Amino acid sequence: MIIAEILSYPFLLRALAVGLLVSVSASLLGVSLVLRRFSMIGDGLSHVGFGALGIAAFFSLSPMAVTIPVVVASAFLLLHLSSSRKLGGDSAIALLSSASLAIGVIAVSVKGVNTDLNAFLFGSILSVSKSDGWISLIVSVITLFSYIVFYHQIYVTTFDASFAKATGIKTERYTALLSLMTALVIVVGMRILGSLLISSLIIFPAAIAMKIGKTYLSVSVISALEAVVAFILGFIASYAFSLPTGASIVAVHTVFFILAMAGKALRTRLMTLQTKNSVY
Amino acid sequence: MILISGRNLTLGYEGQPIIRNLSFSVEQGDYLCIVGENGSGKSTFVKTVLSLIEPLDGEIRYSGGLKKNEIGYLPQQSGIQRDFPSSVMEVVLSGCLNRHKRIFGYSAEEKKKACSELEKLGMSEYRKASFQELSGGQQQRVLLARALMATEKLLFLDEPVTGLDPKTSSELYEIVDSLNRNGITIMMVTHDIHPALNDAQTILHLSHNGYFFGPKEKYFLSPMGMEFMKEAGHDHS
Repeated sequence: MIIAEILSYPFLLRALAVGLLVSVSASLLGVSLVLRRFSMIGDGLSHVGFGALGIAAFFSLSPMAVTIPVVVASAFLLLHLSSSRKLGGDSAIALLSSASLAIGVIAVSVKGVNTDLNAFLFGSILSVSKSDGWISLIVSVITLFSYIVFYHQIYVTTFDASFAKATGIKTERYTALLSLMTALVIVVGMRILGSLLISSLIIFPAAIAMKIGKTYLSVSVISALEAVVAFILGFIASYAFSLPTGASIVAVHTVFFILAMAGKALRTRLMTLQTKNSVY
Repeated sequence: MILISGRNLTLGYEGQPIIRNLSFSVEQGDYLCIVGENGSGKSTFVKTVLSLIEPLDGEIRYSGGLKKNEIGYLPQQSGIQRDFPSSVMEVVLSGCLNRHKRIFGYSAEEKKKACSELEKLGMSEYRKASFQELSGGQQQRVLLARALMATEKLLFLDEPVTGLDPKTSSELYEIVDSLNRNGITIMMVTHDIHPALNDAQTILHLSHNGYFFGPKEKYFLSPMGMEFMKEAGHDHS
């Protein structure tokens, strides 16, 4: 019933399609980012995106034209800092995040009430414009395509970069590709979920999948599936109970995460019981 | 036939030399052990041979049909995430990515080779197992199989037995020795005197004041070799 109702509104349909594509792209990138201990980079970049949006609003520039280059540049800077270890990667992220938030908040408040701070922070998936929809579509399709084409190279770079490098794989190239895709997905995702919640699209599916899957392929597939299911359930719940969409989606992810954790604990428990029984 | 050689090399980082005037060569079928105390430049040597860094002076030559990227490398254990979700096959197959041409998936040939490498190392029943659930010794065997996927000519092992118990260590040394007897050239960085004593043919000992490079028999008669034996508790003189 509800689903048919949602599908009958073009703007809801557009929001659903764009959201699903961005969710799946984010969930796949998340697997590699979480495994490389880079998951905080997603969080940092979303705050940078917020700062850039504030500046774009301040100067009345096109939001995408400002955020895309700023976030992409920050992604490269952060990855470089994390690998060079001169300034600890985690403190670099924290510094950049709060500085960008401060700039964004100042820019938005100086500009006045015309700009909706709420939409920046929590997104406005139901007001996705046609042009935003197209940009999100293109970015997600490029991300999905490159992820599938370079799947094995991304795997070996994530698993063991020194082996990959020693056998002649250009690991820097794939790390750069990963940061570029992450930056782009965050920029488009921010329009939907807002800068405070977008990093959950990257981290939750991967974290859940790693509790269930044992192989890289299964973790990738579970991560993408979980992203799709959580997005649809959250979307329906938000429509049915008039809840904020972004927050509902993240709440569904949280429930799945708790279930996955409980399931894993139960499984380990059963396994230890089994081994105990076989001893006696 | 010489596979890798270097003459009057200066090795180091960012213009800071660590090893000076190093000359060495690795023959096909050789078993070279690289020993030396911490900070003597063993990892610098490893990185230079693997072309991860450039020598400050001199040049490393790859000859006898060996290409730069045809070194099967077993990295130090610390470089790998032990809790990584991956099947054994995924790990082993990733070894041939340096020659991989296809866009999607691995070819049947590559899969067959992966199975036969695993079989060689006595791990074929673990093909579908989860890498993170294997024991330390089994994980090392899987990583050896991956290295063999990258090349069948030369294996470079960087402290392969760190963290393994003595029994597992000697099993691993046995495997390496049997690979060597089947024609694979071995280079191995180690803190352990036993492979140097038993299996190696050639020793490279790096230290803060100079180095030794030569056959094992000469090494144990040299002052450096005798010192090493004494430190390892093998002093019977």
